Amino acid sequence: MTTINLTVNGKAVSVDVEDRTLLVHLLRDHLNLTGTHVGCDTSQCGACVVHVDGRAVKSCTMLVGEADGTSVTTIEGLAQGDQLHPMQAAFRDNHGLQCGFCTPGMIMSAIDIVKRHGGKLDEATVRHELEGNICRCTGYHNIVKSVLDAAGRMNLANAAE
Amino acid sequence: MGIEGIGARVTRKEDRRFITGKGRYVDDVKVYGATHAHFVRSPHAHARVKGIDTAAAEKMPGVVAVLTGREIVDDKVGNLICGWMIHSKDGSPMKMGAYPALAPEVVRYVGQAVAVVIAETKNQARDAAEAVVVTYEELPAVVNVKAAIAPGAPQLHPEAPGNIVYDWSLGDEAAVNDAFGKAANIVKLDLVNNRLAPNAMEPRAALAQYDAAEEHFTLYTTSQNPHVARLVLSAFYNIAPEHKLRVIAPDVGGGFGSKIFIYPEEMVALWAAKRVGRPVRWTGDRTEAFLTDANGRDHVSTAEMAFDKDNRILGLRVKTYANFGAYMSLFSSSVPTYLYATLLSGQYDIPAIYAEVLGVYTNTSPVDAYRGAGRPEASYLLERTMETAARQLKVDPGELRRKNFITQFPHQTPVIMAYDTGDFVASLDAAMKAIDYAGFAARKEKARKEGKLRGIGFSCYIEACGIAPSKAVGSLGAGVGLWESAEIRVNPVGTIEVLTGSHSHGQGHETTFCQLIADRLGVPIEQVSIVHGDTDKVQFGMGTYGSRSLAVGGSAIVKAMEKIEAKAKKIVAHQLEASEDDIVIENGEFKVAGTDKTMAFANVALAAYTAHNLPDGMEPGLKESAFYDPSNFTFPAGTYICEVEVDPGTGKTSFVNFVAADDFGRLVNPMIVEGQVHGGLTQGIGQALLEHAVYDDSGQLLTASFMDYAMPRADDVPSYDLHHTTTLCPGNPLGVKGCGEAGAIGASAAVINAITDAIGTNKLDMPATPDRVWHAIHAA
Repeated sequence: MTTINLTVNGKAVSVDVEDRTLLVHLLRDHLNLTGTHVGCDTSQCGACVVHVDGRAVKSCTMLVGEADGTSVTTIEGLAQGDQLHPMQAAFRDNHGLQCGFCTPGMIMSAIDIVKRHGGKLDEATVRHELEGNICRCTGYHNIVKSVLDAAGRMNLANAAE
Repeated sequence: MGIEGIGARVTRKEDRRFITGKGRYVDDVKVYGATHAHFVRSPHAHARVKGIDTAAAEKMPGVVAVLTGREIVDDKVGNLICGWMIHSKDGSPMKMGAYPALAPEVVRYVGQAVAVVIAETKNQARDAAEAVVVTYEELPAVVNVKAAIAPGAPQLHPEAPGNIVYDWSLGDEAAVNDAFGKAANIVKLDLVNNRLAPNAMEPRAALAQYDAAEEHFTLYTTSQNPHVARLVLSAFYNIAPEHKLRVIAPDVGGGFGSKIFIYPEEMVALWAAKRVGRPVRWTGDRTEAFLTDANGRDHVSTAEMAFDKDNRILGLRVKTYANFGAYMSLFSSSVPTYLYATLLSGQYDIPAIYAEVLGVYTNTSPVDAYRGAGRPEASYLLERTMETAARQLKVDPGELRRKNFITQFPHQTPVIMAYDTGDFVASLDAAMKAIDYAGFAARKEKARKEGKLRGIGFSCYIEACGIAPSKAVGSLGAGVGLWESAEIRVNPVGTIEVLTGSHSHGQGHETTFCQLIADRLGVPIEQVSIVHGDTDKVQFGMGTYGSRSLAVGGSAIVKAMEKIEAKAKKIVAHQLEASEDDIVIENGEFKVAGTDKTMAFANVALAAYTAHNLPDGMEPGLKESAFYDPSNFTFPAGTYICEVEVDPGTGKTSFVNFVAADDFGRLVNPMIVEGQVHGGLTQGIGQALLEHAVYDDSGQLLTASFMDYAMPRADDVPSYDLHHTTTLCPGNPLGVKGCGEAGAIGASAAVINAITDAIGTNKLDMPATPDRVWHAIHAA
C-alpha cells in the first residue's frame, strides 16, 4: 500500500491504495468520480482521458505513483456550477454524443487539442488528433463539428479575457 | 410541429448528465459489501476439461468462493437458450448442443468460461484466477464454415452431426431454375461477409444482489432489453422467479445488438450472489468483450442473378454458409434466415428468389445479431451483385437499378416481405444529384492524370424494421412476441411520466419520446420524464433493437396518449359544459372550439385527481397504458453513393465524398436521426475497410484488442452528406420507419463497389485493407 497525495478538481486528496493501482481506478473506485470510464485494456480507446497538470493523459496508463503530487482535472471538474465548459456545451449543441460512454474522454481530449492548436484547427487536424479516442455511436461526424464549434467559443472566450 | 414537437431538432435532455460525468452505467453503481467476480477462461478452442483444481485459489487473500460448472449442474441452473426455432428444409427442427454457463466437461471456443473466482477486490479475484489449475485434453478445432462441414472435420456437438445446425431454404427453387433457364445473361459472384466484433464502448457488466429476507434478486446489467433478460433468467435458467427478480439496465454505453443476449457472466453473477450471500460485481474488460460478446456477420455466399435481354431481373439464387460459432446464442438462428433471406429482393422487382442457408458450428465465439442483423448481409450481397451485373452487362449502375426498381406499392416479394410503401427512384435521384454523378467521369479523368484511381459505388438498400407482428414472427419460430408497451402517468400537477418497454443505450428516447408528448398534449418536454430500463418500474417490454423503438415503442406511447386525451376531453367537456366533440388542444390548453373557454392541462390533471367534479361513473386519476402490436414490418430504404480515390502505389482508399439519401418516413427529431445515420455509416465503412475478427486455424482469436482489431477512428471516415426523402409509413400512427440500422446496412456495399470501380476488378472481399486492395490491383 502507498499513500498518494494529489489535487483532484481543485481539492487536495490523500488516498491509501495498492501500489499497482492505476489513476483511473483511484478516481473511480476511491474517489467515486465515475465519469472517467474504462473502455479497453490497451490505452487505445481514450474513454479514461483526464487532465494531469493541464495535459490530456489516459488515466488507465498512469500508475498512481506517477500521479502523486499532480493536479488532476476530470470531467466532473469542468463545469463551474451550472456553467458548462464551452466544450461540454458544444457537444450537447452539436449532438456530439449518443450513449455517452466515450464522451468524457472525448471532451477532455478535445479541450487539450484546442489548447494546443489555438485557432488553427481544421477538420483534418481534429480528425487526426482524435485518433486516440474511439467512439462507436456517432461516426465522429458530430464530434468533429463539436470540437470545431468549441474551438471558436474557447478562442472567443480567451480573446475576451 | 412547435418548437419541441414532431420534426423539431431538440437538443437532448439526457446529454447534461453525460457531458458532466454524471451518467450512471452499471460499473458506476455502488452497493455495500460487493464482491468481485473474475472468470477463468479456456485458452483452447476445443478441449475436454479433465479437472479443475481450485484448492490453491481458495486459499488466496480475499477469496470468497471459486465456482465451476460442477456447482452450476448441482444447482440445476439451466443451459443458455436459443429463442427462435428454425426448421430445416426437411422439416426437422434445428440441431443444438447444450450451452452451459460454466463448461463442466468440454470447452468449444477460446475464452469460454470454466470457473469463476469471487473475491473481496477486483485484483484479488484476478490474482486468484491465475491460481485455478484447469487440466485440459486438447481436441482438434475448426474455425472455417466450409472446413467444419467437410468429411472428417472435428465435431463440436454430438446433437449436430456434421456441425450442421440447420439446412434451411426460402423461396421457390423450381421457379428460380426456370428463370435461369430463360436468362439472356447470368451474373455470378462469390462473397465473404466478414466477422465483426460489436464493440460497444461500455463493456458488458453485471451487479447482482440477493436479499435473503425477501428472497428477492436485483440485477443491474448492460442490457438492451431488461424484461427479456428477466424472463429468460426466470423461465429458463431457474435462477430466480420472475416476480422476485428486478433487472435494471441503467445508462448503457451502446449495444448494437450485442447487449440483447443473456450471457454466461450475467447469469453466473446472479446465481453466485445468492450462493455466496454477498453482492457480486462483474465488469468485463475489452479482451473479454472480444472473446465472448456475440460477433456479427460471418457469411460465405454465392449469388447468381438471371437477367432477360432487356436487363430485367428474372431470378436470384443464393447459397450462404453462416458461421454460428460454438453455441447458439439467444436469437442467432433468426439472423441468417428470417432477417436475411427475406430481404433478398432488395428494392427490386424480382419474380423468383431461392435462398439456401447452412447454419454451421465452429470453434469460435457465438455469432448473433449485430447492427442490422442479417439485413446488412442481404444488402451487401444484392448490391455487390447489382454493381457487378451493371459492369458485366455494360450498363450504368444507376440505370440498371432504376430499371428494376419496385414502383407499385404494396408489393409482395417472393420472400415473405410485403413492402408497404417507398419511393426508390426519389432516393436514387437525390443521391445522384448530391454526389454530382454527371460530373464523375471528368473527376475520374482528372484523378487519373494525378496518378490516382477514382471510383464510385452505389448501394440501394432496404431493410425491414420494427419486426412484427407478433403472430407472424411466432409462426416463423420466434419464442417471443414483438409488441411494445407504454404507460403514461399524468401527475396531479400536470407533469408526466412516460414508461416505455423500449430501452435507450444512446438513441435519445428521453428526448424523442418527450417530443411525442409535447406535440400532442402541448406539455413542455421539461415537464415530461421518460422512464425505462427497470423491470420494477415498467411492467413489461421487449427492449430496443431492430430500429423498433419509435415505430413500435413510440406507437405504443401514441396509443396510450389517445386514451389520456380521450379521458381528459371528457373531464374538460364536463367542467366547461360543452360537448366532448368540441374540445381541442391548442398551445397546451384544452379549448372549446370556437369559444374562449379554456382549461389548462395542469388543471385537467388536478381535476382528475381531486375527483370533485368528474362525469358520473368516471374513475379518478389520469393514467393510461397500451400495448401496441404492429400490423407489419416497416421498410426504411435509401441510396448511398460513395466516391473514393485509391492510391495504386499503396492500395490505400481515401474518401472523396459519401452521400446518403434515406427514407425513414416521418422524422421526429432530425438531429437524432442524422446522428444514427452517421454512426451506422461508420460501422458499415468500418466493416468495408477495417474491421475483421480473425481466428487462426487453431481457433486462437488474433484480434482480441483494439491494438489488433481495427476500429474506425475519426481520421478513417469522412464527414457525411445526408439527405432525406419521405414516404410515410402507413402501418403505424406516427408514419415512422426506424433509422438505427440503415447506415450499417447500406454503407459497406457502396464502399466496396466504389473501390472495385476504381481498381477495375470485381474480386475483392471486406475488409478492403490497403494490402488486399494493392494485391487486387496487381492481380487484375
